[in-house]
Amino acid sequence: MDNIQVLLQAPVFNLQLLIDGLLIGAIFALAAYGMALVWGVMNVINIAQGEFVMLGGYVTVYLSLAGMHPLLTIPVAFVALFVLGWVLYRGVIFRVVDKDLFISILATFGLSILLQQLANELFGADVRTAESGLDTVFLAGGTVTVAQIKLVAFAAAIVLGFALMLFLKNSRLGQAIRATAQNARAARILGIDTDRVYATTYALNAAICGAAGALVAMTWIIHPYLGLTYTVRAFMIVIVAGLGNLLGIIFSGAGLGISEQYAGFVLGAEFQTAFLFSLLVVILVVRNLSLKRKRKYLK
Amino acid sequence: MNDGTIRGALYVVVASIGLVAPMLFPDYTIQLAFLWLMVLFALTWDILGGQMGYNSFGNILFFGLGCYVTAVLQRDTELGFFVSLAAGMGLSVVVAVAAAAILGPLILAMRGHYFAICTLGLGIAVADIFAGWDYVGAGSGIVPRLYPGDVADRNYFYYYLLFALAVAAFVTLRVLYRSRFGLAINAIRDDEDKAEAMGIHTTRYKVAAWMVAAFFLGLAGGPVAGLVGFVDPRDLAFAGPTFGVWMVLMAILGGKGTLWGPVIGAVIFHITQEVFWTYFLGWQRVMLGLLIVLIVVFFPMGIMGWLRENRPQWFGEVVRGTAEAKAGERAA
Amino acid sequence: MSALLEVRNVSKAFGGVVANRDISLRVPRGKIVGLIGPNGSGKTTLFSSIVGYHPVDSGSIAFEGREITRLRVPEIARLGLLRTFQQTRIYGKMNCIQNMQISVPQAGASVVEMFSRFAPEVTEEAEALLDFVGLHSKRFLRAGDLSFGQQKLLEFAMALMNQPQMLLLDEPTAGINPTLINGLIERLQRANADLGITLLVIEHNMRVIMNLAEHIYCLAHGELLADGAPAELQKDKRVIDAYLGAH
Repeated sequence: MDNIQVLLQAPVFNLQLLIDGLLIGAIFALAAYGMALVWGVMNVINIAQGEFVMLGGYVTVYLSLAGMHPLLTIPVAFVALFVLGWVLYRGVIFRVVDKDLFISILATFGLSILLQQLANELFGADVRTAESGLDTVFLAGGTVTVAQIKLVAFAAAIVLGFALMLFLKNSRLGQAIRATAQNARAARILGIDTDRVYATTYALNAAICGAAGALVAMTWIIHPYLGLTYTVRAFMIVIVAGLGNLLGIIFSGAGLGISEQYAGFVLGAEFQTAFLFSLLVVILVVRNLSLKRKRKYLK
Repeated sequence: MNDGTIRGALYVVVASIGLVAPMLFPDYTIQLAFLWLMVLFALTWDILGGQMGYNSFGNILFFGLGCYVTAVLQRDTELGFFVSLAAGMGLSVVVAVAAAAILGPLILAMRGHYFAICTLGLGIAVADIFAGWDYVGAGSGIVPRLYPGDVADRNYFYYYLLFALAVAAFVTLRVLYRSRFGLAINAIRDDEDKAEAMGIHTTRYKVAAWMVAAFFLGLAGGPVAGLVGFVDPRDLAFAGPTFGVWMVLMAILGGKGTLWGPVIGAVIFHITQEVFWTYFLGWQRVMLGLLIVLIVVFFPMGIMGWLRENRPQWFGEVVRGTAEAKAGERAA
Repeated sequence: MSALLEVRNVSKAFGGVVANRDISLRVPRGKIVGLIGPNGSGKTTLFSSIVGYHPVDSGSIAFEGREITRLRVPEIARLGLLRTFQQTRIYGKMNCIQNMQISVPQAGASVVEMFSRFAPEVTEEAEALLDFVGLHSKRFLRAGDLSFGQQKLLEFAMALMNQPQMLLLDEPTAGINPTLINGLIERLQRANADLGITLLVIEHNMRVIMNLAEHIYCLAHGELLADGAPAELQKDKRVIDAYLGAH
């Protein structure tokens, strides 16, 4: 707990935590946006969300080992995971879309375990990263460091998020997706191929996570087991922000990123994930209690 | 031969097998002991998941508490082995049931997928906390007291202990499911709003159900810790991704919401798992993930569910429109 | 003389939509009171408000002289005020007898009782009530396998099993075969006369409610339009206009 003393006596450390939190928070928000998309359109809570991030990261790791510049791997990860998402939809997901939510949670949970263990067998359990060769920026007289690649990743996350938003708003497919989200039956009657919409949505979500994973591999590290942490982060952000609220997702993402940084600093790195999962429990309990006052419950 | 005799015979057969198995297959005593642990896991999960409709991913919490409380008590006291084990198990039950009683009203107030995900988070959070807590050995875990005897005797001892616990759980649940409690939790599963509208104390029953599960899970922690010889926070005590998920899978495979379903599911799953381990080694977890997906997608009703659909007469159930139903209507 | 159920100036809005505005009504003990009104007039919302399904925005509700405005659904049910649902709700995977057994009154259940088997008297009463509604021969069938009409009868029997003081019935004859409606009405009257259960009934079937109820309240657009004896309301121009859509 003397770390709190450090924060109080040298406020500049707060800046470090805030910046790091904000930068990683953008990536969390991206994964959350994708999860909200799949949840809103298909009523599926994709527990394998984090695994898509993880696999995107591995695409970057291996391509950069083969010589490609890490930034160029982002679109490749995007496409690769789009394909994977499409395949998984056609293989598994389409069968659970109209079943009750628990079945889809279990099915995607099974997928998550499958992908995680597959990655462990194929890539090994070691922690990996992709060198970007970019410099570090020094602020506040050298006490705050920001790797340039993190700034680039932050920008990329914002760009991707906006591109997705514009796509959903303006393109025909995007509008079909939104229509299906509002009322699948009506959409079907009006001639929209809802199955196609579902497949595209799921694949698109995987692609976004893949791109997010590429960013994670460049700016931090990846390993086969980081999937669940990203799934939980995305879920928490969606819970706090609400399904349709993009601005809320951005702010919640930032908030979560920053809180995690503080938790890691104050409690110690070994308690950072404990903090994350405890926060999940607390958020859900508090949310439910406040709804209970109005005699509702989380639905 | 009526239902009662068939059932009675079934119980005798299973009990006999349970009693003699380790003598017939002494090399497999540990695996057999784990079989009974799996049966206990599946049965306790099903109280909430199958009978009450609350799918928990965090029941492992109570088992882990059992492991740690027993191991810590054995470490910190000077009692003899058997006394310390008994005391440890006793205290474990108190702690586990108390945890259920305290967390229950908060967490069981959530429904459906929120409950599922919340319990998932709870299990992992507790695992991570124990993995960082020095008093219980943090990541290095605890070594429980060693059984005072040779390996074969030790294995027999823990085998029969776990067998007894599994039987106790089964018998208790059989009694409970026929009581008001059993119908109440089924009503909560079928329509919780209706149950509330009929004045049923839903919160009381939900928390009670979790306390029953916690009771047996807490009891099992100590023996398993002794059998394994080492309490690891993530790989044994709060092993969410393994035990925690298997609980769910076994109950669904066998048929959730039935008494024998979880038992059958546990047996089949455990044997399959051992086979995977022998033949696929590294890839066994991958196969397990695949198995979950296949079962959930293609066989969610489980074995008992399948039997109920296709052979309802085995269950003494009457289906509308069949000859039995019509005869019943005319007679009544 | 205070009524069994007293609703005073209750209002409830959902977002911007006012479902109930300033509704007052009284149901005297032992009587059958009707609640009518065109679709969307707020009848079911009023029921939900009364039994505590959602909090009301303003007003008060008293049952047996006791304020229940802020109580929750299970608490109000245990005081003896039950409601049935428009989309009939029963416990689908349990058989009829079990549905009945678990509908036994829940007030004052001790821990021992929670974990005990049901007394034989409970099962006897369950069978008697199932017989009363004509479902005795179907008592071992799964409730979910019954036809819609049969489920409605089961829901009614379950309500009786709970020994309520008062029953709020939401469209009890909706979806029932016209030839069976008379049988249902007769059972409602017997429940009222023999068992002393006070009834507040939402109905769209005018023939039924005019013959069943002693006093009728009419809602329209979320407000109380008129109330009185059936004969008066049948001639009330406002009521006729509400149903025919004139403003």
